[in-house]
Amino acid sequence: MIPLSWFLGLSALLFTIGAIGVFIKRNAISIFLCIELMLNAVNLTLVAISSYFGDLGGQLFVFIVMTVAAAEAAVGLAIIISIFRSRESLNVDEVDALKL
Amino acid sequence: MEKALFIIFAVVAVASALNILIQRNPLYGALSLIGTLAALSALYVMLRAQFIAAMQIVVYAGAIMVLFVFVIMLLNTPKDQPQIDKQRGLRYLAIPFAGLMLAEAFYIVWRVPVQMMPQLEGANRDAGTTLSIGRKLFTDYLLPFEVTSILILMAVVGAMVLARREGD
Amino acid sequence: MTDLLVEWLIKIGLLFFILLTTVAYLSYIERRVASWIQLRVGPNRVGWFGLLQPAADGLKFIFKEDIIPLKASKWLYIAAPAIAIIPALMSFIVIPYGTEITIFGKPRPLYVTRIDIALLYVLAIGSVGVYGVVLAGWSSNNKYSLLGGLRASAQMISYELSLGISIVGVLLISGSLDLVQIVERQHTWMGFLPRWNIFLQPIGFIIFFISALAETNRVPFDLPEAEAELVAGYFTEYSSLKFAMFFMSEYFHLITVTSIATTLYFGGWSGPGAATYPVLGLVYFIIKVFIFIFIFMWIRFTLPRFRYDQLMRFGWKFLLPVAILNVVFTATLVLLWPDVFLGSPR
Repeated sequence: MIPLSWFLGLSALLFTIGAIGVFIKRNAISIFLCIELMLNAVNLTLVAISSYFGDLGGQLFVFIVMTVAAAEAAVGLAIIISIFRSRESLNVDEVDALKL
Repeated sequence: MEKALFIIFAVVAVASALNILIQRNPLYGALSLIGTLAALSALYVMLRAQFIAAMQIVVYAGAIMVLFVFVIMLLNTPKDQPQIDKQRGLRYLAIPFAGLMLAEAFYIVWRVPVQMMPQLEGANRDAGTTLSIGRKLFTDYLLPFEVTSILILMAVVGAMVLARREGD
Repeated sequence: MTDLLVEWLIKIGLLFFILLTTVAYLSYIERRVASWIQLRVGPNRVGWFGLLQPAADGLKFIFKEDIIPLKASKWLYIAAPAIAIIPALMSFIVIPYGTEITIFGKPRPLYVTRIDIALLYVLAIGSVGVYGVVLAGWSSNNKYSLLGGLRASAQMISYELSLGISIVGVLLISGSLDLVQIVERQHTWMGFLPRWNIFLQPIGFIIFFISALAETNRVPFDLPEAEAELVAGYFTEYSSLKFAMFFMSEYFHLITVTSIATTLYFGGWSGPGAATYPVLGLVYFIIKVFIFIFIFMWIRFTLPRFRYDQLMRFGWKFLLPVAILNVVFTATLVLLWPDVFLGSPR
C-alpha cells in the first residue's frame, strides 16, 4: 500500500520545481506555466489528504482551485497578449515601467 | 503493483516538470506541463478521486493548456533568455535556497510518524464519486460555488477588456 | 484477474480490428455517397463495385514517400499524428455496443469496460484530441498549417462548451454518467414513442449535433482544413502514413461522435426484441450509427463552408446561450414533473 507521505513528497518536489521555474525563467508565459505547476502540486496534496482521511472537503477545494486557475489563465494570458502588443517582447526584465 | 504504478507516474510527473525548466521554447514547456497534468490525473484515479481526475483532464489539459498553446502559437514568441540581466550576484544564492526549500518540505513530510498517517483502506470508499461530490458541492459548499461563478464572469469580462485592441 | 485481463485484451483487439476495417470502408462509402449525391460514378474500378478500393488506397499510402520538411520541428512533426490518433481510439472502450451475449457459456457484456464517469471520460478524451491537430499545424513550419492549427484550437475550445452543456440535459433526465445506465433508462415506452432522450431533449440534441459537426471538423465547420483557402490546412506538409493517420483519426472521431449521439439520444442498442435476442441489440446499434454517418456525409455534400467570423459568432452568441437556456428549461421541467421526466423513481 502506498503511504500518504509518498504523495506528499511528490507534491513537495513538484512545488519546488515550479518555484525554481518562477525564479529562473524570464519569459512571462514560462513563468505562468510554472505557477500552474505549483497549483497542481498543491492540488495533489489536497486530493491525497482528502482521500486518506475520507473527507470530501479537499476534493471540493481542488474543484474550486481548478475554476480559479481557469479564470486566472484567461486574465493572465490576456495581460500577456496586451504586454506583447505594446512591447514586442515577453521578457519580464524589460517590463519595468509602471505603465503600458 | 500499486507502488510500481505510483513510481511510474511520479517519475513521469517529475521528469516532465523538470523538462519545463530545461526547455527554452515555451511551447515545449507547455507540452511538458501537459505530461505532468496527465500523470497527476492518473495519481488521482489511484487515490479514488475519479471525478477530480476527469476534471483535471477536461479543465486543465483540455481547456487551460489549449489556451496556452493557442497564445504561444499566436504570439510566435522568441525563445526564453534565462540570463538575468539585473542583480547578477543573486543567481549564486538561488541554488542553496532551492535546496533549503526542498529539504524543508521533505523534513516535514518525513518527521510525521507513519503510524499517524491514515490508511487508504479505512477511508470512505465512495468518497470520490460524482454523486457524493455533487451532493456536497450543492449543499455544504453552495456559497463558494456561487462565488466562483461570479469570479469566472469577472474573469471573462476582464479578459475581453484586456485583450481588446484600442479603437474596437 | 488474469481471466478479466484476457477478456479485455481480446475485446480491445477485436474492436481495433473492426474499427480499422470500418474506417477503411468509410472512406469508400463517403466517396460513393458523394458521387451519388453529385450524380457521378465514383470509385468502381478496383474489385466488385470498387469494393477493394480501400485496400488499394492503403497500399498507396504505405508506398508513398515520407517527407519531413527541412525546417520543421522534427520530433513534434513525427509525434503529432500519433497524438491525434491515440485519443481518437481511446474513447471506444466505454461505449456500450449491446447487452450481454453468452459466448463460451459465460455472459459477456458488449463493452470493454464500464466506469462510473464514462461520459466525463469521453469528454476528457475528446478535449485532448485537439492537440494532434494543433501540434501538426505548428511543427510543420508552414503558414497554411499554422493557420489551420490556430483555427482548429479556437474552434474546438468554442464548440466543446456547447457540446458539454448540451449533454447536461441528458444527464438531468437520466441521472447518471454511466453510459450503460443511460441506455438502460431509454428502454421503456411513452405511449407509442420509445422513451428515447431525443423526444425529451429535442433542442439539446440539435445543439449536440451541430457542436459534434464542429468537433469532428466536418463541413460546414471544416475551417481547419479549408482546401480553398489553406491548401489542406494543418496537414498540408504531411504525406504517406502520417497523412493516413490524420485521415483515420478524423473517421475515428466521426464514429465516436455518432456512437455517443446514438447512445445518449437514440436509445443505444435498444429496440424491439433486443431484450430477448441480444444480437439484435448490436444490429440496432450499428444501423443507428450508420444512419447518423450517412446524415453527416449528406450534410458534407450539401452545405457550403462557414466563414471564420461567422463560425465564432454562431458558436458563442447563439449556440452557447441556447444550450444554457436548455439546461435551465430542462431543470425546471424535471423539478415540476419529476415522474414524467425521470420515469421510475431512482
